[in-house]
Amino acid sequence: MTKTLPVLMLIVCTAAPAWGATPVDVYRFDTPEQETRYKALIEEFRCPKCLNTNLAGSDAPIAQDMRRTVHDLVVGEGLSDQEVRDYLRERYGDFVLYDPPFEPRTYAIWLVPIGLALLGMVAIFLLVSRARQPAGHPLDSADRQRIEALLQDD
Amino acid sequence: MSRLSLFVPLGVFVLILVVGWFGFSLDDRRQMPSALIDKPFPEFAAPSLYDQARTVTRADILGRPTLVNVWATWCTTCKAEHAELMRIAERTDVQLVGVNYKDDVAKAQRWLADFGDPYDMVVVDPDGVLGVELGVTGAPETFLLDGEGKILYKRVADVNRRIWRDELAPRLARLGIVEKDLPEQGGR
Repeated sequence: MTKTLPVLMLIVCTAAPAWGATPVDVYRFDTPEQETRYKALIEEFRCPKCLNTNLAGSDAPIAQDMRRTVHDLVVGEGLSDQEVRDYLRERYGDFVLYDPPFEPRTYAIWLVPIGLALLGMVAIFLLVSRARQPAGHPLDSADRQRIEALLQDD
Repeated sequence: MSRLSLFVPLGVFVLILVVGWFGFSLDDRRQMPSALIDKPFPEFAAPSLYDQARTVTRADILGRPTLVNVWATWCTTCKAEHAELMRIAERTDVQLVGVNYKDDVAKAQRWLADFGDPYDMVVVDPDGVLGVELGVTGAPETFLLDGEGKILYKRVADVNRRIWRDELAPRLARLGIVEKDLPEQGGR
């Protein structure tokens, strides 16, 4: 009994990489360049049903279908990368793009982080320049006499 | 340093809470806006469920307001939705087109024989090619088209009584399709 547990754990540990493996589709490509483009494209799109996974990393049925569509568009229809992007965006919306377009509708998501970063830099600059200023005014002779008097008291 | 500035961190914290609350409540991914709203329904050609030698195309479903319902026998929500589709078919003149999605033809035919067939026509999409063409992510999903084939509304998830009342019925009324006043069928 005491030995079965470590053995089980060993089996689980060695088998785990197989469970975590990304799904593999078998597709035929006419040129290596098509394969490279296909792989780059399925890395680029987000699976519409998944929490946050790209098409390449998901084994959801819809991701499989979309990979097949990307393959068909690249190899069968001979579309360019941008045409494939437009095709999927037309059907699934900006959601499938990890990189949202820069449009009036999306200005906020692009500009707010930049604005906050600038604000932070201004705040840091102000804090630092304030810290650099010498505290108070330089001592004059009256101050020195008072200090002397205070020290003498001890 | 005034006393008030001690409250700045609290203010920032509350701001983060508010923005987070609002932001995350927007993130209902099931209701992500369909890219196809106000666009023409895509061209398609798919075999009919009852006669697979027959091909149904986009032109075949145009002409009157239509609900295109994507369903499958493996989809439990579709079963829940089915009664509402039957009710809509019975009480309105809207055309119902079924897209049998990634399913088995024999099972689909048996399902419609067992539970009733609300559809004016059913096409099959055995491997989900048409689904991607339509921007479908699963089943059930339902499109509302006008007579010219423009997509007016899309429901991701089931069409239930509330969706009918709040979303579909008012839009169909504008297209001249109203619910007939039939006696409610009790029981079921």
